[in-house]
Amino acid sequence: MNGFPALEVEKRRTVPRWLQFIAPIISLVLALVAIGIIFQALGIDPLFAYEEIFNGAFGSSYGFSETVVKSIPLMLTGIGLTLAFRARFWNIGAEGQLLIGATCATGLALAFPDWPRWLIMPLMFIIGFIGGALWGIIPALLKARWRVDEVITSLMLVYIASNLVNYLVYGPWKGPEEMGFPYTSKFSEAAQLPRLSWTRIHYPTLIIGIVIAVVIYLLLTRTKWGYEIRVTGENPSAARYAGMSYLKTLLLVMIISGGLAGLAGVGEVAGIHFRLRYPEGISPGYGFTAIIVAWLARLNPIGAVLTSLLLGGLLVGGDAIQISLGLPGATIFVFNGTILLFVLGGDLFARYRIRVKSKTEG
Amino acid sequence: MSEEVIPVVSMRGIEKRFPGVLANDRVDFEVRPGEIHALLGENGAGKTTLMNILYGIYQPDGGEILIRGESVVIHSPREAIELGIGMVHQHFRLVTSHSVAENIVLGLPGNLFFPEQAAREKIEEFSDRYNLTVDPEARIWQLSAGEQQRVEIIKALYRGAEILIMDEPTSMLTPGEVEDLFTVLRRMANEGNTIIFISHKLDEVMAVSDRVTVLRQGRVEATLETAQTEKRELARLMVGREVLFRIEKNEIKLGEEVLRIEGLHALNDKGLPAISGVSLRIARGEILGIAGVAGNGQRELVETIAGLRPATGGHIFVSGHEITSRSPREIIEKDVCFVPGERLTALVPEMSVTENLILKTYRDQRFIRGLFFNTREINSHADDLIERYAVTTPTRDTPLKLLSGGNIQRVMLARETSGKPALLIAAHPTSGLDVGAIEYIWQLLLKERERGTAVLLVSEDLEEALTLSDRIAVIFEGELMGIVPSVDTDLEEIGLMMAGAHRLPVPEAGE
Repeated sequence: MNGFPALEVEKRRTVPRWLQFIAPIISLVLALVAIGIIFQALGIDPLFAYEEIFNGAFGSSYGFSETVVKSIPLMLTGIGLTLAFRARFWNIGAEGQLLIGATCATGLALAFPDWPRWLIMPLMFIIGFIGGALWGIIPALLKARWRVDEVITSLMLVYIASNLVNYLVYGPWKGPEEMGFPYTSKFSEAAQLPRLSWTRIHYPTLIIGIVIAVVIYLLLTRTKWGYEIRVTGENPSAARYAGMSYLKTLLLVMIISGGLAGLAGVGEVAGIHFRLRYPEGISPGYGFTAIIVAWLARLNPIGAVLTSLLLGGLLVGGDAIQISLGLPGATIFVFNGTILLFVLGGDLFARYRIRVKSKTEG
Repeated sequence: MSEEVIPVVSMRGIEKRFPGVLANDRVDFEVRPGEIHALLGENGAGKTTLMNILYGIYQPDGGEILIRGESVVIHSPREAIELGIGMVHQHFRLVTSHSVAENIVLGLPGNLFFPEQAAREKIEEFSDRYNLTVDPEARIWQLSAGEQQRVEIIKALYRGAEILIMDEPTSMLTPGEVEDLFTVLRRMANEGNTIIFISHKLDEVMAVSDRVTVLRQGRVEATLETAQTEKRELARLMVGREVLFRIEKNEIKLGEEVLRIEGLHALNDKGLPAISGVSLRIARGEILGIAGVAGNGQRELVETIAGLRPATGGHIFVSGHEITSRSPREIIEKDVCFVPGERLTALVPEMSVTENLILKTYRDQRFIRGLFFNTREINSHADDLIERYAVTTPTRDTPLKLLSGGNIQRVMLARETSGKPALLIAAHPTSGLDVGAIEYIWQLLLKERERGTAVLLVSEDLEEALTLSDRIAVIFEGELMGIVPSVDTDLEEIGLMMAGAHRLPVPEAGE
């Protein structure tokens, strides 16, 4: 009966600082090893595949510019998610908030094609933020009032947003000159974001993202609102005891988290496509990938700037191996899923340790 | 005695290490057959660890164990039971919806059918022999804590225990039940059983034990004949220095009324009535103690006052303002401070000492400059409180969870009392703390009283309630059984009230 050595999982009293930094890196390496095994099983040399991915994402100036392009929505959305996750509010519906932001900005751009850039551009960002924020506070209200699980509601709202976009681009908003494609008409010049030289980098959005990372970092660590968010996340009963309003905190968190996802959506329609398209055309799951961005950054908003670049690179590199190795498009989702699994697992092992219980033969 | 008695239990040089702590440091512990041996020490002194080793729950890192003179290795509680060792844990391990007889035979090997007849006969035999009266047919949930403990003892005897370990057996009992338990233990010892009695209460150790071993910080300080020692000596051994038992309580002229509760009703977490028609008043400079067996509505009462639980009837006034069912924040702003019994509901263990110290006051203008926190002011506030309340912490930025229990409670009290409260609600302020920390907290509460704070003290420890309070309100099943002055009280009367068997007219009720 006592033949097996017993494993004991015990919580570490403290997680040493070096471990906090090294755990995500180890997790990432292990994830790459695991994915390498999949590559091997498919008959592809993993080292070659990784080289292709790296070269695709960072090996050329074109590749790198595309990495930055994809990191912009990941950064904005990921920063918002660090805030939500700090409050232990599991917003996994950023994808929907992003689509609503894109939709609102599109509506404004299509309605006022004559407005000058200095007027229309800021308004598009503002209305995109508001749209994303409104989509984001629905699960917050449901949670605070009736304790409805936010994982379910925020996820279901993604499908509603996605179908709304589909309805608009196939129906009332379909551009007559788009030759039957599910696109809206192209935005006026004034409603298109400027890009950096020959690249697709719509730099105003990038700058907004970096500034916001710093702002959110300061909010979280240096203000009473950030303090309320952290206390609520760490110990909701202590927050209540201290007279903090759960509803108010969740609303604040989700206005910002949803709003930033909305800004990401604005950036995509105003900086990349210049029109609203079918949902998968606007976002290849940025809202979901941003969850990995936030966790890999250990819920640090400034860290999310760096990790968004990494995940952006994976998206670009994933495209590259689809072409050069003839892999299916879903490969990148396997990639992302595996990384998230390992990052979450790594987080667990940083906080707990496994010991072999000393047990002499009985 | 000239001839050498073979000890029934002999633990030699026992060592047990946990991450960062040496829980048992070369402990030598011997128990003679037929004695009641108290194992005395502060919380964290290593008493329970040592007994968990004897009961096979932990493996020692060093040392050896001899049972009746033979060297043994005990891998599991099952093996401990085979050696005739039984343990009654502080928190009972019974299936509440099953009957007494079912609980007693539960988990015994060998029977396909329920050995009802055999079980009943045995239970009756133990009942007669040791005065362990309990109805075999009763369901556990119908029984009082004292009766449940008897079931646990019978369970151990049924499994053939001759060496019985009792871990803090009196913590859940009323004074009357404690007396009954002591009678049972003495009878068992007279019949040749051996009892190891874990406690940190000196009075109990003096009352029931034959010998006592004192542990401090994982080491044995001394093993003494109880008859040849006294409380003061044991306290000194336990704490490592002289302890004050006389608490200086100055006569204080009562000020105006601070808290008035009229006919309060509230529900528990299951939605059942927990507080029924409680009325009481506390004046400035007065400590009112709420005494009662755990789970009789104490928690619900204090939570309702603090705004964490809605009142379903009645009124609460603080300094003349009605606060019934107001938000916690509004109540905090009326200078009501609250030290809850479950400490972790009012602290954030992952956050720093500093951040825990501002949990109630972070909105204060002095801590905010523009949009941001005024870090310098917050830090100096923290340094000030750490110094004034003598909190032992490596730095103010250390996560709270790394502090000892006593220091965590100091952080809480520093936060709750430094703001000069009008009303201080302190629920179980010393539970789980060692004598040194308890003494400090008692002094602090008395200082608050002298400063003119109205203090509502909830305590399961009757001695504590009597020492500190000016008046004692006894609560039973959510109702006040009476309010009595704490001087010249009849302990027996309080005991009866705690058990719900006696009720005084409450002069303040209905008004």
